[in-house]
Amino acid sequence: MREISRIIGIALHHKWRLIGAYASMVGALISFVLIPRYLGNAIDRIVEMLDEGSYDQAVIVTVVGTVLGLMIIRGTLSYFQQYLGEALSQMVSYDLRNRLYDHVQHMSFGFHDRHHTGAIMSRAITDVENIRMFINMGLVRTPYFLALFLAVAIILLFEDWRLGLISCSFMPIVMIYSAMIRLKMRNIWLIVQEKMAEMSTVLQENFTGIRVVKAFAAEPHEEAKFERRNQEVAGYFIEAERMRASSTAFMLFTFLAAMGLILFFGGRQVIAGEMTPGELASFIFYLQILQMPVRMAGWLVNSYARAASAGQRLFEILDAESPVREEPNARALSRPRGHVKFENVTFSYDTTRRVLRDLSLEAEPGKVVALLGAPGSGKSSVVNLIPRFYDVDGGRITIDGNDIRNVSLKSLRHNIGIVQQDVYLFTTSIRENIAYGNVDATDEMIERAAEIAQMDEFIRSLPEGYDTHVGERGSTLSGGQRQRMSIARAVLLDPPVLILDDSTSSVDARTEELIRNAMEAVMVGRTTFVIAHRLSTVHRADSIVVMKDGQIAEQGTHQELLGMDGLYREIYDLQLRPQEEVMREIESPIPAAGN
Amino acid sequence: MMMGGMGFSGRGGRGHPDEEMFGSVYDGKVVRRLLPYIWPFKRLAIIAAIAMLIYTGTQVAIPWLVGYTIDTYIKQGDLGGLTVMFIVFICIAIVNWIMNFLQQFSMEKVGQGVLYNLRRDVFHHAQKQSVSFYDRTEVGRMMSRVQGDVGQLQEFAALVVMTLGELLGLIGIVVALLIMDVQLGLTTMVVLPLLILTMMVWQPLMRRAFMEVRRTISIVNGELNQNITGVRVVQAMNRQELNLEGFDKLNTDHRNANFRTGKLGSGLLPVVDILTAVAIGLALYFGARMVGGGDLEIGVLVAFIMYIQRFFDPIRNLTMMYTQLQRSMASGSRIFDLLDWEPDLVDAPDATVLSEIDGSIDFKDVTFSYVPGEDVLKNVNLRIEPGEVVAVVGPTGAGKTTLVSLMSRFYDVEPERGAVLVDGYDVREVQRSSLAKQMSMVLQEPYLFSGTVRENIKYNHVEATDEQMMEAARAVGAHDFIMELQHGYDTFLAERGGNLSAGQRQLLSFARAIVANPKILILDEATANIDSYTELLIQRALAQLLRGRTAVVIAHRLSTIRGADKIVVLNFGEVMEVGNHEELMARDGLYAHLYQMNYAAIDEPLPVSTNGADQRSGRPRQIV
Repeated sequence: MREISRIIGIALHHKWRLIGAYASMVGALISFVLIPRYLGNAIDRIVEMLDEGSYDQAVIVTVVGTVLGLMIIRGTLSYFQQYLGEALSQMVSYDLRNRLYDHVQHMSFGFHDRHHTGAIMSRAITDVENIRMFINMGLVRTPYFLALFLAVAIILLFEDWRLGLISCSFMPIVMIYSAMIRLKMRNIWLIVQEKMAEMSTVLQENFTGIRVVKAFAAEPHEEAKFERRNQEVAGYFIEAERMRASSTAFMLFTFLAAMGLILFFGGRQVIAGEMTPGELASFIFYLQILQMPVRMAGWLVNSYARAASAGQRLFEILDAESPVREEPNARALSRPRGHVKFENVTFSYDTTRRVLRDLSLEAEPGKVVALLGAPGSGKSSVVNLIPRFYDVDGGRITIDGNDIRNVSLKSLRHNIGIVQQDVYLFTTSIRENIAYGNVDATDEMIERAAEIAQMDEFIRSLPEGYDTHVGERGSTLSGGQRQRMSIARAVLLDPPVLILDDSTSSVDARTEELIRNAMEAVMVGRTTFVIAHRLSTVHRADSIVVMKDGQIAEQGTHQELLGMDGLYREIYDLQLRPQEEVMREIESPIPAAGN
Repeated sequence: MMMGGMGFSGRGGRGHPDEEMFGSVYDGKVVRRLLPYIWPFKRLAIIAAIAMLIYTGTQVAIPWLVGYTIDTYIKQGDLGGLTVMFIVFICIAIVNWIMNFLQQFSMEKVGQGVLYNLRRDVFHHAQKQSVSFYDRTEVGRMMSRVQGDVGQLQEFAALVVMTLGELLGLIGIVVALLIMDVQLGLTTMVVLPLLILTMMVWQPLMRRAFMEVRRTISIVNGELNQNITGVRVVQAMNRQELNLEGFDKLNTDHRNANFRTGKLGSGLLPVVDILTAVAIGLALYFGARMVGGGDLEIGVLVAFIMYIQRFFDPIRNLTMMYTQLQRSMASGSRIFDLLDWEPDLVDAPDATVLSEIDGSIDFKDVTFSYVPGEDVLKNVNLRIEPGEVVAVVGPTGAGKTTLVSLMSRFYDVEPERGAVLVDGYDVREVQRSSLAKQMSMVLQEPYLFSGTVRENIKYNHVEATDEQMMEAARAVGAHDFIMELQHGYDTFLAERGGNLSAGQRQLLSFARAIVANPKILILDEATANIDSYTELLIQRALAQLLRGRTAVVIAHRLSTIRGADKIVVLNFGEVMEVGNHEELMARDGLYAHLYQMNYAAIDEPLPVSTNGADQRSGRPRQIV
């Protein structure tokens, strides 16, 4: 119910279309409900003429003309009613799509960690469409049908209250019954949509991970997974349709039964001389025009139930508040020198497990801080907190002394360049991909950035150069090339603070050299946080931070840390000790406990 | 992952008709293909058909019954007869009720059964397609096949019932009109040609407008999808405002396309209304005359008007269904196109089933290309002994991934371009699934599925015990962090393990490979995303894990491959050198060069300036 009123609220933003639709509806309705009267009249006239034995063509011509005129009016107004209703529904779905798009792109990473892309897409496609159908069906046509019911009921009651009561008897039944069914169906549709989304996830993951599926010959396993969803979806659909079918069939029956009653009681009155045959005929004609609304009632209920569940799912997303919010009076952070400070920072993704505990860390302007540590030790969390992709639970992070929660998100992120681990490229040209964060960049700037990222020459070797389109998820570039694209993007932003996350991992020695050169070039004069696996990139850092269990285990320069004989020393030894020694160790059985 | 020589030619899809393409309202091919799907439900379908016939019969009977009652009983003042007719009327209404439910419900059951089977078949077929099929086909495209198009057919199921019902109803009315009075019936039906004429003008316009709607919505959804998937970049780059602006344009285009179809769709209403009025007018005008002349009973005239009132409902509904029908046919034809797409990598009918193997691998003069003319591997000859640890090295694009992809038969080598043998069996002649069971692969980008940690490690080896699973997790050093997760092994992983770090994801995929207990283990840059410390732990574990297994390792970090029994150096798809570390160092060839370069990076200070002219990426022409 709450969802429905919210949907209606959105529709009211376009009130002129709604008013226009209702106005034409009223006109169409009035002309429509007059017709059966005239037809009944005509029957009486014919019967009269039959009794009198005279035939007056003029009377008939008048009736025919009137009916024709009324229908022309109704047809024209129906056009406006339907078109305006359709346009209104399109405006609403347009609004919803825009809102969803904008809302989702402003949600923090925490939100995106929890929500599958497929699930959001299914809201944008299926749920928005279900709401749109409801606007047209529920908001524009339902009042029309209701008004039609009402108008016919009033006319019939005035004409003959007893017969009127009989013919209207089925209306309350229809309405109460629809209300009951509505509640039941709403629940089923929720389940159906949920199951569809589950199925969508199975599909998406299967197609995206097809190499894993093939490598494990897991096709039968995948088919079994899919089979379960498939069965559930079919089962619930049948259940929903069973309800719909039983309700529409019952509604039609009540309508027919009412017509039978009219024929019987009306017939008795005609026989008793209390009613003319024409009046009886007009009663039947009236009921006849109600048949369409009765038949539609099942669909209406359906659209209502669907919209309610679609609304619930959609608003769940639209109402989700990003935990990362801007202060109402947030200032813009003007270009900082890049003094980044973590003060007693505590952080967790899901409140249950602390990822960072009481972490303090300082990066002087222009210095390079390297982060090292086992997976899950909190390296990525550290760098994700700086641009406020997540917010700290405790403590604070400052840039040049400003708590990052007090400055505007836009200005904050504008000053931070990020080379992410999973490089995302958009399906557009290489040029636009590089200029993604700085659309005002000139071609010279873009090419210069590519040059610094050691990409220029490769790009020029492509047939279409900078205008070459990269495919879905940048799949036509190798890992190393994608990373350098990402470096070029960051270069173009010219940020005082730079974050390099796992950026030189998945490439061969040759490409790594290219990337390292690119990185060295881009780091100059920027405060840089770099997560890297190789000591080669790490050991030149101004400060090396070795992370363990969300805390800093060791910190210092390469030389200092080597002297400490701790975790860093261990990693260093394992990596750089004479290789023969390492390999001997690998080939010989190792005691269960490591050294 | 770069597919060797595929380069930028890999864009776009296969020979599929465009998403936007519209079929005709009736596509014989689609209907013929659907029939076998209906066949298993033939009894239900027959019940539905019979119920529909009876239902339509009752629908058509009612106006006639009204007219008959008026003329025969009410006009004659026969109260008893009227009561009898009332009882008949109520009986017909009850039959109508039952049959109406029966036809809708049984048809829906048939429809859902068909869709269920169709989805299963499409998915099954998709599973049979080779990796190269998926290289060429975008995931979104496949998704819209299995979900979007099958969903369209969903509507189709309900629609066919309604369409048939409406058509039957229309025929019933025409027949009733003609039986009651041929002359008056024909007179009122003169509006029919006019209506058909209108439809002929209207239909192509509507069709074109709908194509535009479909085209624009696919663009809108594509943009939305991309923005969600790339949201991390979007936020990092502050693109929100600009992106919304761009999205709004696409969204507006779509809305305007819908306005146009709205206008066209509504435009039919006045036409139908006026034609209805004309038909009623004709019936009244001529009917009155005939009644006056004693040629027609008044009740018949009432029935006539009742029929005409209903006459246009089926037509109006049919036009509403027309576009949906068109869409369903197009969807159907796309689905069957996919089902007809022969998997290009199939087991021979007499394929050997590999059981216990020793684990030798041979490449016999293998030349391979993804795109004709761009050979990624050239005359590769290679022998890997059972139990050997073989490292494959070479610059990006040298063909390393291709080499291991051929071992597990992701792709087939063309018959006359050499052969890959596992245990002496040509892999093209063995059952692929039996081959895959002997092999495990750990890929560079760990891929996990939505589900628990347990489900991910066991994956398709559901029969593995929890002990085996934990043993594997311990072996790769994943056990500890798993136990720290909220629900341990029962922790649910978000999309693709999004709540884990890249290293942790890779450890899980390692454990998954171990649980499969393969004879041959392939590591495709598997440790690239793991920090050195964990990597070392894994390497130690590998020493044990590799015992009794053949291992093929692609690694860019030379330190990790020095202990290999054999090192294969690839460059431009050719095997340049084969030997162990000492032999290759002694040769002072490509390997020695790569090795020195790798260590130069660590031990020497950074070069002050890079010699830009020699910097190449992607596809290096030359290494030395």
